[in-house]
Amino acid sequence: MKYVTQRLISIIPTLFIVSLIIFGLMRVLPGDVAQLILMGPEGEGGAARAEDIAKLRGELGLDDPLIIQYFSWMAGVITLNPGDSLWTGRPILEELFNRFPLTLELGILATIVSLIIAIPTGIISAVKQGTPLDYFARVFAIVGLSVPSFWVAVLILLVMVTYLDYFPPLGYMDFHEDPVKNIQQLIWAALSLGYIQAALVSRMMRSSLLEVLREDYIRTAHSKGQTERRVIVKHALKNAMLPVITIVGIGLANIIGGTVVIETVFNLPGVGRYLIDAIGRRDYPVVQTLVFFFAMIFALANLLVDLVYVQLDPRIRLA
Amino acid sequence: MVSSSGEINAADLEILKRAERQSRLGPKIRKFCTRNPLGAAAGVVLIIMIVLALGASFFATHHPYEIDGLQTFAAPSSLHFFGTDELGRDVFSRIIFGTRISLRVGFIAVGISIIAGTIIGAVSAYAGGWVDYVLQRIVDALFAFPTIVLALAIVSVLGTGINQVITAVGIVNVPRVARVVRASTLSVLAMPYIEAAYCMGAAPVRVIARHILPNVFAPVIILATAGFGTAILAEASLSFLGVGTPPPEPSWGTMLSGAASQYIRNAPWMAIFPGVAISIAVFAFNLFGDALRDTLDPRLRGSN
Repeated sequence: MKYVTQRLISIIPTLFIVSLIIFGLMRVLPGDVAQLILMGPEGEGGAARAEDIAKLRGELGLDDPLIIQYFSWMAGVITLNPGDSLWTGRPILEELFNRFPLTLELGILATIVSLIIAIPTGIISAVKQGTPLDYFARVFAIVGLSVPSFWVAVLILLVMVTYLDYFPPLGYMDFHEDPVKNIQQLIWAALSLGYIQAALVSRMMRSSLLEVLREDYIRTAHSKGQTERRVIVKHALKNAMLPVITIVGIGLANIIGGTVVIETVFNLPGVGRYLIDAIGRRDYPVVQTLVFFFAMIFALANLLVDLVYVQLDPRIRLA
Repeated sequence: MVSSSGEINAADLEILKRAERQSRLGPKIRKFCTRNPLGAAAGVVLIIMIVLALGASFFATHHPYEIDGLQTFAAPSSLHFFGTDELGRDVFSRIIFGTRISLRVGFIAVGISIIAGTIIGAVSAYAGGWVDYVLQRIVDALFAFPTIVLALAIVSVLGTGINQVITAVGIVNVPRVARVVRASTLSVLAMPYIEAAYCMGAAPVRVIARHILPNVFAPVIILATAGFGTAILAEASLSFLGVGTPPPEPSWGTMLSGAASQYIRNAPWMAIFPGVAISIAVFAFNLFGDALRDTLDPRLRGSN
């Protein structure tokens, strides 16, 4: 328990610096935010009156000293009211909560899919090291790391549109309303998102298992007459899993970031899409809050992974 | 070799020096190729890419911006090897010119991240104390962002355009380099020969240049090749999302966005070829980087 609270507390300084970085980035703008919003990045929105610009600046609080701006934003974040979107005028958090379940589900599905693919592949690759099966699996893994996820998504769309007469659904089906349709919609997106993770995890599973299989206690188990399967499942896997979990944790960032691209391709109304749309519309309060949100989710996810790690390997807790 | 007086004369010294210089590169490349055939093949692909980029005008069949309203969505043919896009532009030529963009982004972005990361990592390790603590917390914070999200945040501030993309991609890679360089430097600093050098009166600059940097070299090279692949993917993703290299520049990522997805049923070649180009480029860098790592640091072989 103490370890948990310790880790939770250690996130705070990181998140603090994260917020500083985001805030600093947004204020580093060479131009005037209000002017950019009213007139568009190239001034294509037409000339804006000076009064309008001044009014918008006042609304955005841009004339306040930087410290006040930062604290008012952070205060908003902590009290769960980070302001309103410039585009819709509605509270950012409202939209965020509407969209979050979809992105969360997508991320979880992608992780599950990647594990289903990667772990058996990695195990087979390690156990049958040197065979064509191993070679094939390794090539598959390296290819997986190189292929852009949005391209795979586009190709999957191509196949579905051409051969399966699939059209992107008009309405998003909530999981509670209709689980089957929901999974149907998301599974392809999850696949596009998860396969890169699968490649990484598969490689790590393979190398980790190979290392464990060389250990003495494995040889002992063999000489005691254990079957191959029992040796692997009962002894090797548990120890080989640890680095794999680390990789899954690191890969969570890629999955979280990847939702941004995948939701765009598959036209899913998730948090990732929200960020892209906000950037396109120069909706800076939303961009600011969402980027912080992503960083926070990532930090929490890593924390979760660390806790799972500690459960599996008690030696770490004592270290 | 050694003359009767026990001293090596000048001519022999020259022969020795030349032999040492020769033994540096040629045989090493040959050894690399025989031990890592895949890596060597990847290296060839990379060289081809560089050649294509430098001589793009020579290899391309059409001008990459040339619009031909009569030939829109043309299927691959002997005139247009990879077909044409929605404006009748030749996809093959655009892909060849796109090599320039990818390599340019890769080189400069990796350059930025390596230089900045090395400075931060080395200073952090060397200075220690609160400097180290503060710098490491900043690096941790940068690590807390998913790559694309951080790149998007930077680009949303700087605006779209290839230089902004390069900056964003460069910055995004800095934390990883900084961490690796710091770890490397720390392990080198712990070595007795560093202390010995100081005892002999070496100035810190000399210690850094002569002892620390060469030992940090190997991991940095590996980071550079890996970073290249990441940079190309990041630029493609940003361009795909519409915030990267703006049209009509033939960035492979831009070529995959917009019309390519819309008309994918009728003109699949628009979506297939740019993606293949990206994949091959990143694949080659990954393979080459892996082979390089196996050669430079066999202890890391088999791990990731």
